[in-house]
Amino acid sequence: MTFDYIVQQLINGISIGSIYALIALGYTMVYGIIKLINFAHGDVFFVGAYTGYFTAKAGLGLILSLIIAMAVCALLGVIIERLAYRPLRNAARIVILITAIGVSFLLENLGIVTLGAQAQGFPDIVNKSTYTLWGDVTIDSIQLIVLVVTVVLMAVLQYVVHRTKIGKAMRAVSFDMEAARLMGINVDTTISATFAIGSALAGAAGVVFAIMYPSVDPLMGVIPGLKAFVAAVLGGIGIIPGALVGGLLLGVVETGVQSIPGMSLWRDGVAFAILILILIFKPTGLFGKNVREKV
Amino acid sequence: MAAQQQLLKAEKVSRVFGGLKAVSDVNLEINDGELVGLIGPNGAGKTTLFNLLTGVYEPSDGDITFSGTRVNGLKPYQITKRGAARTFQNIRLFGEMTVLENVMVAYNMHAQHNLFSSILRLPTHFKGEADMREKAIEFLKIFNLESKKDEIAKNLPYGEQRRLEIARALAAKPKLLLLDEPAAGMNPQETTDLMNLIRWIRDEFKITILLIEHDMGLVMGVCERIYVLDRGQMIASGTPEQIRTNPKVIEAYLGQEV
Amino acid sequence: MNKRFFIGIAISLVFYGVVQALISGEILNDFYIDTLVMLGVNIILAVSLNLINGFTGQFSIGHAGFMSIGAYVSAIMTTNLGYSFPLGLLCGCLAAAVAGLIIGFPTLRLKGDYLAIATLGFGEIIRIVWLNNDYVGGAAGLNGIERVTNWSWIFFGVLVAVVVIQNIVKSTHGRAMISVRENEIAAEAMGINVTKYKVIAFVVGAFFAGMAGAFSAHYFYGIAPTSYNFMKSFEILVFVVLGGLGSTAGTIIGTILLTLLFTYLQDIPEWRMVIYSMILILTMIFRPKGLLGNVDVTKFFKKGGASKNGGTTTTP
Repeated sequence: MTFDYIVQQLINGISIGSIYALIALGYTMVYGIIKLINFAHGDVFFVGAYTGYFTAKAGLGLILSLIIAMAVCALLGVIIERLAYRPLRNAARIVILITAIGVSFLLENLGIVTLGAQAQGFPDIVNKSTYTLWGDVTIDSIQLIVLVVTVVLMAVLQYVVHRTKIGKAMRAVSFDMEAARLMGINVDTTISATFAIGSALAGAAGVVFAIMYPSVDPLMGVIPGLKAFVAAVLGGIGIIPGALVGGLLLGVVETGVQSIPGMSLWRDGVAFAILILILIFKPTGLFGKNVREKV
Repeated sequence: MAAQQQLLKAEKVSRVFGGLKAVSDVNLEINDGELVGLIGPNGAGKTTLFNLLTGVYEPSDGDITFSGTRVNGLKPYQITKRGAARTFQNIRLFGEMTVLENVMVAYNMHAQHNLFSSILRLPTHFKGEADMREKAIEFLKIFNLESKKDEIAKNLPYGEQRRLEIARALAAKPKLLLLDEPAAGMNPQETTDLMNLIRWIRDEFKITILLIEHDMGLVMGVCERIYVLDRGQMIASGTPEQIRTNPKVIEAYLGQEV
Repeated sequence: MNKRFFIGIAISLVFYGVVQALISGEILNDFYIDTLVMLGVNIILAVSLNLINGFTGQFSIGHAGFMSIGAYVSAIMTTNLGYSFPLGLLCGCLAAAVAGLIIGFPTLRLKGDYLAIATLGFGEIIRIVWLNNDYVGGAAGLNGIERVTNWSWIFFGVLVAVVVIQNIVKSTHGRAMISVRENEIAAEAMGINVTKYKVIAFVVGAFFAGMAGAFSAHYFYGIAPTSYNFMKSFEILVFVVLGGLGSTAGTIIGTILLTLLFTYLQDIPEWRMVIYSMILILTMIFRPKGLLGNVDVTKFFKKGGASKNGGTTTTP
């Protein structure tokens, strides 16, 4: 195994890892604010991919497709929260979790009913070209797009969370919902905004994922969704930088395992093995702090 | 005093949470049959000390001896089995279970019938369950809760929830009963009743009691000996009279409340 | 208590005899038998998951993993190695129980959401192990399994599962489990060995999930890893939640309703899952405790029990 080979795998790992990171952000933000594992998040990702599929077929370019997909997903996220989760704001957590599972099933199966279960090829909206960096190390235009999209969106997110009023409200609500309410923050609006932002990121991830693998199907969100969730836990669920690091790390490790001859089928197992190990040894994730129950 | 048997001893016990010493070098001794109070301002580490004594936390340093054996690192249920039962500052009943079932849980550790005899409904199961039930009902009678035995615990009024929690702890047949702020949230009348109840429990069950309390009146009124904890350190111990006049104690309280 | 128990058994045996007679008389055709087997398998799965989730309060969503172990181990025993079905069944159950033990210990330190995702992860790992194992056919799975499961097997399987779990729940051991669910810290302070009871719940729950797996494997001729993904675990969870966590009667009723709904909607497969998920969401929003949450139907049948309860609540 040469150095070049390792670097190549690292590049491949980082590009898939970026997609996990984009999805993981939505999981982590929603968990941070209402302590819900939003199982429907992976399906918002699939809706984003399909939106991109239709806009691309309609002849729109990459940027417009991305923006429209993000807008559609943001709206979808807000609607899901309003209709399914808000009525349960004070219910037991298991009840909301099960509702999330229900929403996930609903989106997937509505997708199958309306769009068909077969995978559709994604139209070419970017010219695929491969650039040689040095020796055997290459990077293709799609990987570059994934990286650029991730970096730009991360920068925007960082700005929103730390520099804007809504970002401050989000941090306040996730720290202490009651106190934030008493301080005059509109908690419902803040939660809606969190869903909108998280879902928009998943929508963007859906489009770039679909360009990368060039196909879409209604169940495409299930596995990336689960993996992104693992990434969020790995980084410490509820912690935004954790989702980024967790996503990249998972992408790299997975690609690494896949590149070992004879191990490729174990790729999906790796994510779950990491999940178990992290939960057993550091359940709050790499960046998490220990919170103990007060007795 | 010297003739009495020592029941609980804490020697130089410390507990560190992330670099912060919540309890440091605390010594404490309780003899059989005593009624001892543990007081101190908010955040002094009283509940942490309780949690160390009952195995919820493991001491970072020091030794805890209960009834002659070292109990450091034992789990709470193991310490309960050795004869120390407790209540909690924020009541922790089994909310969805009935009053009777709450008390019956305390008998699980002495159960005569194992899982298999229950699955197969062997005679030992029926006998064991009937015994538990009978004992629990007797117990509820003592605490005047028998008429409520089939009520769901969380539906009881606050005062009765406190009483049930104490009854449940006593049902475990402890040698030492640890009460964490039993008067919290009670009005003066209820507090007086509680004081009488605690004295009565001590005499009736012939057990040792360690009591955390905020209400100075209650502590001074019922306790024979008092320990004072401030900022994780034991600053004084003695009879209520000694404590009342101890300048360190006055400072600890005044320094906080003025 | 003793008497009620035996009356219940007697009534079920009469039910068994009647159905068996209808099957022997060919009045019930294959469609009904298929449905009965499905019902039985689902009831065993749901009731056993309810012991873990409903009574002990340990949120597990990896039940399909335990089920797959029962299915695969029993099928290997009968189909690959040629042993008899009863032996295969027993090995399947025991293997699943051992998996419950192995998974139980490390994950028991975890609580709530974290436990849920850990069990989900374990379930998926088990599936991926089957997927990557050529001995059990990899992605294609094992085929050509003899159909052994019939009404008798299924009926007695359900009976054993329900009776064993009810007998645990209605005893000091069951009360210990419920106390863990209600308040783990208080349970431990009352001398309950919390770890022991969590492990018991996982082991017993996994044992019966394995049983359900073995029965279904030996009815539907073949098994494949995809049947045991986390969707399947969710499905089982939904049975339990719809009926009401912590209520055996509710769980059974919920399972029957959903299984029948599924069968009824067979003709419109594409809309089946849509309707199923809508029901799930609406139940959670409008009846979050499930159809019979926290109410054990047996209470209504207890002689004079209801009125006596009513009497005590009114005393001041």
